[in-house]
Amino acid sequence: MNTLNIAKKGLLLLGMLASAAAFASSEINLDKAPVNLGDQASLQRGVKTFATYCLNCHSAASMRYNRLQDIGMTEQQIKDTIITTDAKIGDLMKVAIDKKEAKVWFGAAPPDLSVIARARGADWLYTYLRGFYRDESRPTGWNNIAFDKVGMPHVLYELQGEQVLSHEGGEHGAAKLTLDKPGKMKPAEYDAMVGDLVNYLVFMGEPAKLKRGTYGIIAMLLLFALFAVSYQLKKEYWKDVH
Amino acid sequence: MDKMTQLLGWVDDRFPLTKMWKEHLSEYYAPKNFNFWYFFGSLALLVLVIQILTGIFLTMNYKPDAEMAFASVEYIMRDVPGGWLIRYMHSTGASMFFVVVYLHMFRALLYGSYRGPRELLWIFGMFIYLALMAEAFFGYLLPWGQMSYWGAQVIVNLFNAIPVIGPDLSVWIRGDYVISDATLNRFFAFHVIAIPFVLAGLVVAHILALHEVGSNNPDGIEIKKNKDPVTHIPLDGIPFHPYYTVKDIVGVAVFLIIFFAIVFFAPEMGGYFIEDNNFLPADPFKTPPHIAPVWYFTPFYAILRAVPSFAGTQVWGVIAMGAAVVVLFFLPWLDKGKVKSIRYRGPIFKYALTAFIISFVGLGWLGVQPATPLYTKFAQFLSLVYFAFFFLMPWFTKLDNAKCKPEPERVTG
Amino acid sequence: MSEKTVDRSKRRFLIAATSAVGGVAALGGTVPFVMSMFPSERAKAAGAPVEVDISKVEPGMLLNVEWRGKPVWVVNRSPEMMDLLVKHDDKLTDPKSEAKQQPDYCKNAGRSIKPNISVLVGICTHLGCSPTFRKDVGAADLGADWPGGFFCPCHGSKFDLAGRVYKDVPAPTNLEVPPHKYISDTRLLIGEDSKGA
Repeated sequence: MNTLNIAKKGLLLLGMLASAAAFASSEINLDKAPVNLGDQASLQRGVKTFATYCLNCHSAASMRYNRLQDIGMTEQQIKDTIITTDAKIGDLMKVAIDKKEAKVWFGAAPPDLSVIARARGADWLYTYLRGFYRDESRPTGWNNIAFDKVGMPHVLYELQGEQVLSHEGGEHGAAKLTLDKPGKMKPAEYDAMVGDLVNYLVFMGEPAKLKRGTYGIIAMLLLFALFAVSYQLKKEYWKDVH
Repeated sequence: MDKMTQLLGWVDDRFPLTKMWKEHLSEYYAPKNFNFWYFFGSLALLVLVIQILTGIFLTMNYKPDAEMAFASVEYIMRDVPGGWLIRYMHSTGASMFFVVVYLHMFRALLYGSYRGPRELLWIFGMFIYLALMAEAFFGYLLPWGQMSYWGAQVIVNLFNAIPVIGPDLSVWIRGDYVISDATLNRFFAFHVIAIPFVLAGLVVAHILALHEVGSNNPDGIEIKKNKDPVTHIPLDGIPFHPYYTVKDIVGVAVFLIIFFAIVFFAPEMGGYFIEDNNFLPADPFKTPPHIAPVWYFTPFYAILRAVPSFAGTQVWGVIAMGAAVVVLFFLPWLDKGKVKSIRYRGPIFKYALTAFIISFVGLGWLGVQPATPLYTKFAQFLSLVYFAFFFLMPWFTKLDNAKCKPEPERVTG
Repeated sequence: MSEKTVDRSKRRFLIAATSAVGGVAALGGTVPFVMSMFPSERAKAAGAPVEVDISKVEPGMLLNVEWRGKPVWVVNRSPEMMDLLVKHDDKLTDPKSEAKQQPDYCKNAGRSIKPNISVLVGICTHLGCSPTFRKDVGAADLGADWPGGFFCPCHGSKFDLAGRVYKDVPAPTNLEVPPHKYISDTRLLIGEDSKGA
């Protein structure tokens, strides 16, 4: 059938276009982030890291402290371990740093991190936070394989240690990071800490994600029931026709 | 129950309630052979209602101010009870509106539903399509993300290409020299009030025009040609109520399963329904590496980019993009076929339609990709195919007439 | 149309069944919309309890605090004020605080937890103005037997230092006492009590 032939040729054309796309992308390889929103212990470790290292410069101004109850923390735990300022439990995770001054210091104001996991993706964040390397040409002395010429210094360098960048087999070879000076944590330990932090950032990006799946199942059951019964109704009435 | 009859009589003496019920539902005779392609009209109406309802509730908490818009969307997602669900219904509804409308329009191409005496029905539908595109465009600025901002910037800048008045026109549309708070506020007004009213009016006109001439069907034959000699009811007609009301409920149930599966399990749809980049707040100083419109605009965007600059102006791409939409208006007069439905057309029309679908989908895909030289060549080729479908239609439909099959007297189901 | 007879009872059943399931689905659909109109987390956070340090409030002084957008008075009643408080029950509309204008633990003579610290919502129960603090005993415009209290300038309502309303004034009920508790001897939490306000 000739229509089929044309359809086949069309699909072939689309296939060629699609494979051409694979060559167009020049992004770096991203490491897989160990995201597991069901792991409350991981999320709680992650938010502790977040509050300790990130909330000084980055705000998360859409996230309320008391929302952490969703990951199994009590109000008291949140007050004791997460809130370091005189913020109230119902307050948003705002930050004291002045945006204009930060721009002067870092070249760009540290962005708000409320939805950073949705904008960049978990894998990118995981690669980024483990991808800093020493670069004397930069004002902070640091650069990053996921974000070239980033303005952020390597806040976690004492924990990770210092990495250097090299290229396998010459200047245009694949980028490789090696640990030049060890930090307080072993690489596996550091990776686990970053994994927890990224896990938390994914949660923080969309707290509703924890429960929308459950509501979805209820909705599906209800709607399938509606389909079943309305289909029977339709068949009954349509006996009249033809 | 007699009280009800009395009450109904009281109303009917003052308002054509029963008359409208009969004319548009219980005594509107539709062909009995409606198939899968005939669900999408009622589904489009359903999605319109969903968008209006969810839109009203979003407006209760959204702030149309450049400083507050992005944060107000996150406020809805987190702090407003059930806000996340309303937001996801609205974003999913926006994309599903186009899925449903494109399938609805495709039905017209399959069965010749745009042919006389339904030309005006088609034209109202085309105006609905235009209004829908405008509604989506204005609505997309509201979250005030990077894609919102830069998408609007690019599209409004298109008006710069108009000779003489272009730049001033762009400033007037924006209310400022760049997309800004002024633009956001007026787009909010258009999105929330102006266009919904226009859409509602057009939908009423669309349905009235349909009911005036009666529905087409997959065989493309006019059921009014064969009426019962006594009752004058079309022999192949069945009353819309209860048969199609009951059938459309099934369609609604299936649609809602798909709709809510997306809402609850995959609202972002891999970044196509809610784009990743739009989770970065609008930054006038940082242009994103790829600016692409939302998926439902991408075929036309691909055509826009494919047309090269000529005689020192980019306006030809703008004209081509506009023409790609406008040419659809003329379909009723371009089609010189003897029969309406693809079931009885010859092979030429079938090839042509297949080529058209490939060009539309292919252009859609290309619209999402960066405009590399290779992709631009493909887009140019597919744009030619797209326009050829319309401009050559008077010729190939006439040619096709020799090969078409005889239409049946009565519907075949 | 078909010649077979229409099974009316089956149709009635199926219509009922579809309506029932459809009704449940529709009801479920309205839930997020209705929910969204309840106070948001932001509103709840803004309405959160307020902590007050009462150690600096001298006897005879009033401290004005904001809670849920309303003025709340914390009055440290001096011994003289407390003496005068019990002497004019006959002039009051609701001396025993029968109307539910206070939590149960404040249904006492002083309408308070600590006898000397009065916590009152500073909004006149007539039409919502904020009365003035008139602790001057025997004030010229209020009468020689004025024991100190609150006077509302809008329409002349009068309340004593426990917030109880006088007879023959426009205001119908005593001033509202908000839920509150003491988290220490000097720290008062307004907006929350031990029963979980």
